[in-house]
Amino acid sequence: MELLTHSEMIALGLSFKVSLVGVLCSLPVAIGCAWLLARTRFFGKPFFEGLLLLPLILPPVVTGYILLIVFGHHGAIGRFLDAAGLSIAFRWTGAALAAAVMAFPLLVVALRNGFESVDRKLEHAAATLGAGPWRIFFGITLPLSLRGLVAGLALAFARAFGEFGATITFVSSIPGETRTLPIALYELISTPGGEDGALRLTLVAVVVALVAGSVAALMLLRGGARQEVEA
Amino acid sequence: MIELDLAVQRGEFSLELSLASPARALALFGHSGCGKTTTLLAIAGLLRPQHGRIALDGHVLHDSRAGIDLPPPRRALGVVFQDARLFPHRSVRDNLCYGMPRRDASDAFDDVVQLLDLPALLKRKPGQLSGGQVRRVAIGRALLRQPRALLLDEPLANLHREARSEVLEHLGRLKREFALTTILVSHQFDEVAALADSVARLEDGRLAALEGVDAFRSAGLVPAAAPLVPHPLPTR
Repeated sequence: MELLTHSEMIALGLSFKVSLVGVLCSLPVAIGCAWLLARTRFFGKPFFEGLLLLPLILPPVVTGYILLIVFGHHGAIGRFLDAAGLSIAFRWTGAALAAAVMAFPLLVVALRNGFESVDRKLEHAAATLGAGPWRIFFGITLPLSLRGLVAGLALAFARAFGEFGATITFVSSIPGETRTLPIALYELISTPGGEDGALRLTLVAVVVALVAGSVAALMLLRGGARQEVEA
Repeated sequence: MIELDLAVQRGEFSLELSLASPARALALFGHSGCGKTTTLLAIAGLLRPQHGRIALDGHVLHDSRAGIDLPPPRRALGVVFQDARLFPHRSVRDNLCYGMPRRDASDAFDDVVQLLDLPALLKRKPGQLSGGQVRRVAIGRALLRQPRALLLDEPLANLHREARSEVLEHLGRLKREFALTTILVSHQFDEVAALADSVARLEDGRLAALEGVDAFRSAGLVPAAAPLVPHPLPTR
C-alpha cells in the first residue's frame, strides 16, 4: 500500500520546492533588513519594522490580493515581467513568492535576534585587526548568529510550507504548478470521499511542522543556555 | 614619539589630556574612571574625540583641525583589550591569523607563537583556555597584526597570581625583543613599574603628572625588581 497517492506526492514535492526556493531567495534580503534593524538607527525605523511585520499581521488573503495587484498579468510589476517572459502569476514561482513574503517576518525577527546577541565588542576588536565591514560581517557577526539563522530558516520554511491564503489568492490551484500541500488538503476536505487523503496530508504537514519547530527550539534553547553559562 | 591632545565628553565625564612623550613604552596610570581606557579607545579609533590630535611616531591617526580621522582598520595598531575579545568560534590559530597583513608571513607567525609559548594551544577554541592563556593569545593576535604601536588595556586584570606572573613575563620579553611603541593602561603599580619607560598619571580626566618610570617607582616606594603580586595603589 502506498503512503501517498501520485497527486498527493506531487503536491508534497511542490510544497518542498516552493518553500525552499521562497525562503532561500528571500534570505539575502532578510539578512540585510535584520542587520539594519539590529545595527543601525534611522528615521522611521518603527514604521520600517511595522512594514516588515505586515505579512504576519494582515489576513493572508489580503497579502495574496496585493501580490496579484502588483505581480499579476496587468500589475505594476507583473506587466513588465510578462513582457520579459518572466511571468510569475499562476506559476509555481508565484507560489514561491507568496511563501517567501509570508515567511519573511519570521526570518527577519530570528536573524535580528541573532545579530543582537553578538557582542559588538568582538566586531570592534576585528576592526582594530584591520577588518572592513564585509569581512567583519561574514567572519564574525554571521557565524556567531548561526543559531538565529538556522532557527529563522526552520521557522520560515515551516511557515512557507503551510502557506495557503495568499497562495490560493495569488496563483490559484493548478495541479502540478501551484497546488501545494495545504491547497490539496483543502480540496480533499471539500471533496466527498477525500477524508483519507486529507488525513494523510494532515499527518505529513504535522510531521514537517514538528521537525522544523524542533530544530528552531533546539537552536534557540541551546543559544539561550550558552548565554546563561557565559553570563 | 607619542603625541596626545584629546578632548572627550562622555555623559558627565570629560577628558582633557595633552601630552607628548618620547618614551617607547608609556603607561596611563590612575584609578578606575580617570579616563585611561577612554584615552585608549580614542587612540584605537573606537571613540571619536570632540576635538584633538593623536599621532604615534609621526603618523597622524586623528587631527580634528586637519579633518583626519583614520578608521580603526587603517590605524595599524595592535590592541589588547582587558576582556581579550578573542573570537569564540575560531581556533587559537585562526584568532592569531585574523589580523595578519599577509597570510604567508609564516616566519612572523612562528616567532610570535614561540615567544608566547602558544604551539600547544593552536587547535583549541578560546573557551578551552585558561585566563593567562587567553591573554597570551590576545597579545599574539595584536602582535601579528604587525602594528606600528601596541595598546594594552589592563593586560593583567582579573588574573590570579600565577597567570599574572606568566603574562607579565611574556610582556617583558616582548618589550625587550620587539621594541614596539607601547601604550599601557593600568591601575596596577607593579605592572607599570615593570613594563613602562614613562608614566602619565591621570586624575579625573586630567594629566596630573608625566614622569619617568624611576621617579614613578621612587614615589611608590616599589623596588626595581617589583614582586609580581597585586600591589595596592600608593598613598599620595
